[in-house]
Amino acid sequence: MAETMDQHKRTEATQAAICSRGVTRDFKAGQQTITVLHGIDVDIRAGELTYVVGESGSGKTTLISIMCGILWPTEGEVKVFGTDIYDLSDTELVEFRLNNIGFIFQQYNLIPSIDAANNAAVPLIAQGMDRLEAREKAVAMLEKLNIGDQADKLPSQLSGGQQQRVAIARALVHEPRLVVCDEPTAALDAASGRKVMDLLREVAVAEDRACIIVTHDNRVFDLADRILVLEDGRITHDGAEMPEGH
Amino acid sequence: MIWIAIRMLTGDAQKFYGLVFGIAFSTLLITQQLTIFVNLIERGASGTYNVSSADVWVMDPVSRTTDVNFPMPSTALDKVRSVEGVEWAVPHLRAGASVRTGEGDLEGVSVIGVDDATLIGLPKRMVEGSADVLSQPDSVIIDDVGVTRMFEDGTSPIGERLELNDQRAIIRGIADAIPSFTSQVTLYTKYSQALRYVPGTRNRLSFVLVGAEHGISPQDLTRRIEQQTGLRARTRDEFAQDGVDFIIQNTGIPLNFGITVMLGFIVGVAIVGLTFSLFIRDNIKQFGALKAIGVTNGKIRRMVAAQAGLVGLIGYGLGVLGTVLFIWGFSGNPTFKGFYIPWQIPLISMAAVFVILALTGWLALRNVLKTEPASVFR
Ligand SMILES: Nc1ncnc2c1ncn2[C@@H]1O[C@H](COP(=O)(O)OP(=O)(O)OP(=O)(O)O)[C@@H](O)[C@H]1O
Ligand SMILES: [Mg+2]
Repeated sequence: MAETMDQHKRTEATQAAICSRGVTRDFKAGQQTITVLHGIDVDIRAGELTYVVGESGSGKTTLISIMCGILWPTEGEVKVFGTDIYDLSDTELVEFRLNNIGFIFQQYNLIPSIDAANNAAVPLIAQGMDRLEAREKAVAMLEKLNIGDQADKLPSQLSGGQQQRVAIARALVHEPRLVVCDEPTAALDAASGRKVMDLLREVAVAEDRACIIVTHDNRVFDLADRILVLEDGRITHDGAEMPEGH
Repeated sequence: MIWIAIRMLTGDAQKFYGLVFGIAFSTLLITQQLTIFVNLIERGASGTYNVSSADVWVMDPVSRTTDVNFPMPSTALDKVRSVEGVEWAVPHLRAGASVRTGEGDLEGVSVIGVDDATLIGLPKRMVEGSADVLSQPDSVIIDDVGVTRMFEDGTSPIGERLELNDQRAIIRGIADAIPSFTSQVTLYTKYSQALRYVPGTRNRLSFVLVGAEHGISPQDLTRRIEQQTGLRARTRDEFAQDGVDFIIQNTGIPLNFGITVMLGFIVGVAIVGLTFSLFIRDNIKQFGALKAIGVTNGKIRRMVAAQAGLVGLIGYGLGVLGTVLFIWGFSGNPTFKGFYIPWQIPLISMAAVFVILALTGWLALRNVLKTEPASVFR
């Protein structure tokens, strides 16, 4: 009881990392319009690891895409650290993502012809940092993720788990305030998946950083601070643990 | 980011080489074919260029080029000489003849009769012997490319006896001449001698070659000559152009070369377009990720432009180098004697390369720009 009071106070005191209000998203499928999200109101807090779970097609990817500024909502507004991101111009929004958001994709999406360190350095290079300096920082991040010794290898020379760790390094290297991951372990076996999730928990979560992970993997639910369950475009559960029956 | 773009491209060796090959191939085809084309049609002016001292050529009004001429009565020479501003005027004969060589082969040749006294009408340089040999009886001077045609085994033609339209002729010198469009053997001889070699009609004066007095422009002189003599007069440059135009208008050469050049361009567009699109498609996920992470479309454009630029630079360099090597490698071949690459041609092929890359790059880029960043999560 005391703990929930505490948490409540912290949310009040610090601004929510993501503040989503009335977020609706429609997709046109031929003549029909399907509504994938029905007015989502939710705050994502910094310092926490938030899981978004739900059945396939429930709208998880759509929701986090909107939250991180890569998909326009049909209605509603999203504030990320106080910035109404869909009020920004196109270029401002791209710039905002570059400076504030780290992405981790299911398929890693590493560039095959440059080595691990350079892949991890991409956001810094995109920010305009000198290449060698960016690489140094990336190597440091890889070391933090226990793959410093793989810095010179091409993605094709790494295992899936190692590639995903390079992708995590790329998501964190520029110290973003928001990290979003869509099924980061879906392409990995159970053991490597668990390792990657442990690492994310350890490295990605920070005092002033929010971390959202979409996952199917019920074996890692114990790592979450908060679990949001999405059903048919509505949040049906919001708590520290999974509801009964799931 | 440019560095990343370059590495993305060069990292995919197969496509990279494919792109470079496509551009190099196009450049080679376009540059080489245009070079041969220009040099070939310039051969239409070789008759004029070989007589560099004549400022003005005077001819019958129906004559068109050095080789397509209608003879004038010999009185034309005096008429031209009487025109004010003419410093000198000499007779010039050009006609076809057949020759029987020592071995008994028959060959069509063109006979050029040059002024007996001044020898104006001969090419400036000699490869062997001097212009003076023409003063000996029955002398002819053969052109150097003609030697390779008539004496294929490499024997020296000097002293060789020929039967020229049933008259005796002895080769006593070799001239360094620009070959004619047909590379026909050319025999130079004195005008008086040429009249004997070329039998026939009363009128055999093909041209009157004119030197302008100091301070008189050839253009003015041609006008004056035409007015006063009723003959046709052309400056050297005009007449050279007439020769080139004649080939352009009367042969399939421009069309044929034009088709090859177009093919070079189309093949370039096809190879480069396909490979570029494949490359972009293979990397669409990476480009999508870059867009999500925060790389603007402007930067993506610059990345693809850098990729195209690199391919263009290397491919174009190889293509031009290939053309240079080609021309150089064949420089010993008489067909290619004097061939050079006019400076405009590399510029034209550069423009073609630019168009190919701009077109294909733009097509390939459209896919990247259309890619929604949200697609990376799918
Ligand atoms: N670009 C789109 N165009 C049309 N419909 C779409 C598009 N993106 C998503 N949808 C639809 O929206 C619904 C929710 O999709 P979403 O990808 O958000 O689900 P998800 O919860 O992430 O599913 P999964 O667990 O399979 O990844 C689906 O029915 C999907 O078909
Ligand atoms: Mg999904």
